[in-house]
Amino acid sequence: MNELKMEVKNLDFYYDDFQALKDVNIPLESNKVTALIGPSGCGKSTFLRTLNRMNDLIEGSRVDGNVLFDGKNIYDQDVDVVELRKRIGMVFQQPNPFPKSVFDNVAYGPRIHGLKDNETLEEIVIGSLKGAALYDEVKDRLDDSALGLSGGQQQRLCIARALAVKPEVLLMDEPASALDPVATAKIEDLIDELKNNYTIVIVTHSMQQAARVSDNTGFFLMGDLVEYDRTDKIFENPDDQRTEDYITGRFG
Amino acid sequence: MENKFTKRKATEKLIFWFLGLMMLSSIAILGIIIFFIFKRGVGVISWEFLISMPMNGMTEGGILPAILGSFYLVTGAILVATPLGVFAAIYMTEYAQKGKLIRIIRIGVSNLSGVPSVVFGLFGLSIFVKYLNFGVSILSGSLTLAIVILPTIIRASEEALMSVPDEYRSSSLALGATKWQTIKHVVLPASIPGILTGCILGVGRVAGETAPIIFTAATFFSMRLPKSVFSEVMALPYNIYALVATGTSPQKQVPIAYGTAVVLLVLVLLINLIAIFMRIKYSNKNAN
Repeated sequence: MNELKMEVKNLDFYYDDFQALKDVNIPLESNKVTALIGPSGCGKSTFLRTLNRMNDLIEGSRVDGNVLFDGKNIYDQDVDVVELRKRIGMVFQQPNPFPKSVFDNVAYGPRIHGLKDNETLEEIVIGSLKGAALYDEVKDRLDDSALGLSGGQQQRLCIARALAVKPEVLLMDEPASALDPVATAKIEDLIDELKNNYTIVIVTHSMQQAARVSDNTGFFLMGDLVEYDRTDKIFENPDDQRTEDYITGRFG
Repeated sequence: MENKFTKRKATEKLIFWFLGLMMLSSIAILGIIIFFIFKRGVGVISWEFLISMPMNGMTEGGILPAILGSFYLVTGAILVATPLGVFAAIYMTEYAQKGKLIRIIRIGVSNLSGVPSVVFGLFGLSIFVKYLNFGVSILSGSLTLAIVILPTIIRASEEALMSVPDEYRSSSLALGATKWQTIKHVVLPASIPGILTGCILGVGRVAGETAPIIFTAATFFSMRLPKSVFSEVMALPYNIYALVATGTSPQKQVPIAYGTAVVLLVLVLLINLIAIFMRIKYSNKNAN
């Protein structure tokens, strides 16, 4: 197994009395794409949000266990959440650019982290847009509102926005579920490209998508991580009967 | 069967006409008020009336001091109430834990807007005029009016803030922004149109308030324009009240009261129109 960027150990997660994640253990390899699959409500999105502590925002939620990031537990007292989220970026299910210009959307992250120099800013914005395979489509409308872009473009803009703060890990929560097949294909190509520089964790409803883009796959069911393995192993010869049932569409 | 069907159709028709009639009556009442005020008041309106000082115990001359006085009072009230209300709303929507306490505060704010405005006037008299010793002045009147519009501004700001999609907040936080950075750079800019509209509607409301300024700011007749925030002022709504209720020569003063009413009405309508246009303009801008 390759070097681990993150490692989750004995993770429990509760919404008030409801236990949404039960003793989850999962390694996340550097520069690999890890897909998380499972039926709705199985805890995969909840799990994704424990990785950059977005679940902190939910009142009444509680975490037990360790999420190691470069060997350090991100739930330790001395961890700065703001700094953590800078290093672990996130792309959401719905494309959600800010009601600002294309440029300002991408520049948002660097700006709040204190970057004022316009030349550097422009460099980062263009670099991030190129990194998200969007630059050629928007280079003449950087000052137009981001809300005028198509859904697929908006989602790639959100990826560019996440890239602009130079994260090490990119979490994607069903990033293509609101997009048409063409836009989805573009996002998937992009994910393949991005893993050269980033460690990617992607939640997806589509098993074909998991099979296409990921190196490793974890299958969640009712808060349990049923099985985690190399993607080809999961899809061709899973160990657990429940995984096989889900993959072959017998439930879910 | 046949009978039941026609009966149902008849009921439908009846309800349709009944509701339509109710709607028409409401519009008609508004129309009649405007028509009536204009008919009685438009005769005294002239450029002179707007820009000259009153003369002979408010039986002749213009209402410039009242126009200016209302302007000062409303500006002062907005300057005080806007930051107070907006920041309170930010606390309530963004920072406070959802629970009993915040519900009680919210009910309190709603109740504040239900307090009769004359009570605010009394409060202003005892606190600002007497206790803080600001006297009957622009300052006392503005502060009292600020309290009157505070609930309106808080409610409007709260609604504007709550209408900002939560996704904006999460994506900003996910980029490593702090809560305050998120509010300052994403949430507030997105809710400014709603907040502004609320403030302008507040201006429209407070420009016409009479009771809160009777004891705190207004004077019936003034030969001079106010010199400082500690001067007492004439104001449009109070001018109407004073001319009709306490005037000494009604045949001369009542027409002036109607003229003043026209000016006030036009001002308030204008202010509300501005609010409507701003809302349309910003909602178009956000949609593009």
